[in-house]
Amino acid sequence: MDKKKKRLYMRTAILAILAGLVVYTLYTNLTRESRGNLEAGDQAPDFVLTDLDGEQHRLSDYEGKGVFLNFWGTWCEPCKKEMPYMEKLAKEYEGQVEVLAVNVGESNFQVKNFAEQYGLTFPIAIDKGKEVQETYGINPLPTTFMILPDGTIDQIVTAGLTEEQIRALFESVKPSS
Amino acid sequence: MGKVKCECGHVNPRGTILCESCGRALTEEAKKENLVDMRYEGSARRSQTYNKTIIDKVWNFFSSVKVGIWIIVLILVAASFGTILPQEFYIPSNIPAETYYEDVYGTFGKFYYMIGFHDLYNSVWFIALIAALGVSLVIASLDRVIPLYRALKTQRVDRHESFMKKQRLFAEQKASLQASDLEKVREELKKKRYKIREENGALLAEKNRFTRWGPYVNHVGLIIFLFGAMLRSVQGMYIDELLWIREGETLQIPGTDGEYYVKNDGFTLENYKQGEDLEVFNEAIDRVGTVAKNYQTDAILYRDENNDLPGAEPELTEVLHDDIQVNQPMKFESFAVYQTSYRQDEMKAMHFALTNKETGEEFGEVVVDLFNQQETYDLGNGYKVELLGYYPDFDGFTKEGEPTSRSPLPNKPAFLFNMISPEKPDGEVSFVEIQNTMEPLGETMYKMKFKNLETRDVSALTIRKDLTLPILGIGGIIFMIGVIQGSYWNHRRIWIREKDGHIYIAGHTNKNWHGLKREIHAVLDGTAIPEPEDRQKD
Repeated sequence: MDKKKKRLYMRTAILAILAGLVVYTLYTNLTRESRGNLEAGDQAPDFVLTDLDGEQHRLSDYEGKGVFLNFWGTWCEPCKKEMPYMEKLAKEYEGQVEVLAVNVGESNFQVKNFAEQYGLTFPIAIDKGKEVQETYGINPLPTTFMILPDGTIDQIVTAGLTEEQIRALFESVKPSS
Repeated sequence: MGKVKCECGHVNPRGTILCESCGRALTEEAKKENLVDMRYEGSARRSQTYNKTIIDKVWNFFSSVKVGIWIIVLILVAASFGTILPQEFYIPSNIPAETYYEDVYGTFGKFYYMIGFHDLYNSVWFIALIAALGVSLVIASLDRVIPLYRALKTQRVDRHESFMKKQRLFAEQKASLQASDLEKVREELKKKRYKIREENGALLAEKNRFTRWGPYVNHVGLIIFLFGAMLRSVQGMYIDELLWIREGETLQIPGTDGEYYVKNDGFTLENYKQGEDLEVFNEAIDRVGTVAKNYQTDAILYRDENNDLPGAEPELTEVLHDDIQVNQPMKFESFAVYQTSYRQDEMKAMHFALTNKETGEEFGEVVVDLFNQQETYDLGNGYKVELLGYYPDFDGFTKEGEPTSRSPLPNKPAFLFNMISPEKPDGEVSFVEIQNTMEPLGETMYKMKFKNLETRDVSALTIRKDLTLPILGIGGIIFMIGVIQGSYWNHRRIWIREKDGHIYIAGHTNKNWHGLKREIHAVLDGTAIPEPEDRQKD
């Protein structure tokens, strides 16, 4: 091969490798903060939790139905506000959209007390080891993941919700049959 | 094809200043000079020769030492800005950076934050600068080491007299070389561990050529070091997490993907005590009061054998016991767990006695665990206490009269009790917070008398894993090898040649000319060969 051409190829190759390394470094550094955070469209990570009645709930068992996955705490005011709407709509959409409320790790007494006070009948689980919260990257409460029947995340809502908003969310994930 | 053919017949790459083979000057400037510039042996630095495509232009930019030095200066200046105020990493984590810098440092702090200096070392432009330095190192080194290697490899023994004449150490004499003189010179050179090559009545003695590669070895080390630093941002290579763990708690270790758990089996803070410890500490104890001697977390490490799904009940098997002290981490796999911080006396449980207000008689003690409450506490003989509500961080009442909690942490616990006694089988309601009792549903016969508070310490552990350390270490070692290789030896050459009834002798070294002169003096001592003189007096 022409020596000059060979040199050009060589230089191009070396520069390409260096550029690749630089771009990769910048990319990994820029995305470090958000790495691992879930987004709409992602597969909802599977988990298993035991509810207050001792029943196990595995997310993948809900395939075919929409899931309203709500992370909450007893001290959180907006959580308290949206719970009655969740209760009402959970009954209305029974069999289509399931509500699964995950407490972020308080005592059984507090959660039970709360559930009784608000007359909640949907399954409530306590994430004692905070593993599920960590997997889902929960920061502010309440955070709600709307999960489609195929197990992908449709929406992530980090705010207290009104009845109409919850209804709209339920509609968006209910199975289409 | 842009080649330069020397009179001696050797074909040199374009841009060559001194013929690689015989050493004749090939450019007009070099021909005019009294002393030749021996940097890179007068070889063609490639960057100087081709400058047509965009690739060549980029290449030549990074090949320039001047550019490289500018990059280093920029990095130094930029890095120094990051030291003016503390970086975001070091400010209290409970205050947002937006407000912290302005609150603490005023307008300057505000601008500091706005420009982005609060997280300078992770900023795109700073990383880009470091990356530019890496690229510059690679290209500038390649562009110099290859031609230099070529030139030193193809150098001829019988250099042209014009080359020799332009060396800094040079002598010329009308005479012819005596075989006995040459023999003696050869012997002396060998003693001084020169490698001797002879051709056409010319002699070249050379030693320590390897020292010329020192700077490039050094650069290789630096590049490996930068590469290792780059790997830190790759997932799984570097982990630095903080875990707050209360005494008695067993928690998942962050960064281990749920595989490991740690239990805090007790935290200890010891201070130096006058009388007990060595006398040398007395002065310090007198001056500051308390001097910490030891921070220690007794830790038990577990592995979770049921780690398939988040939330699954862990099945823990004990792996090891260790006392974590400052600088004495607990190590497992590639992780190290360090003692980092602590908080003493967090509330754990409260003891109350069900007490008859009038008689002061007590009917048993109730211990409310602030992290795991019971619904009822049976005291026997018809006495029972029901817990109606628990508010760990009591924050007042809502309009409807409902008690609220600010957070889930037991900072200011409050309780709603129902006290059942033989006299009041339906119970009496009492709201109890620290140093305050309310009777929301009317006056009661009994009260919950505060007896005791159980506290425990909270320990902060840092979990660290750094797989890049060996790479950084290797980079550092190679860096030092390069420095040593380039610093402690000199590349020395001596040319002796007879041509047309003249003896020519020249010497060259990359540094320490005095050493070379002494060596030549010793070699030529007692021979008729003239001693070269230094023509660059300073």
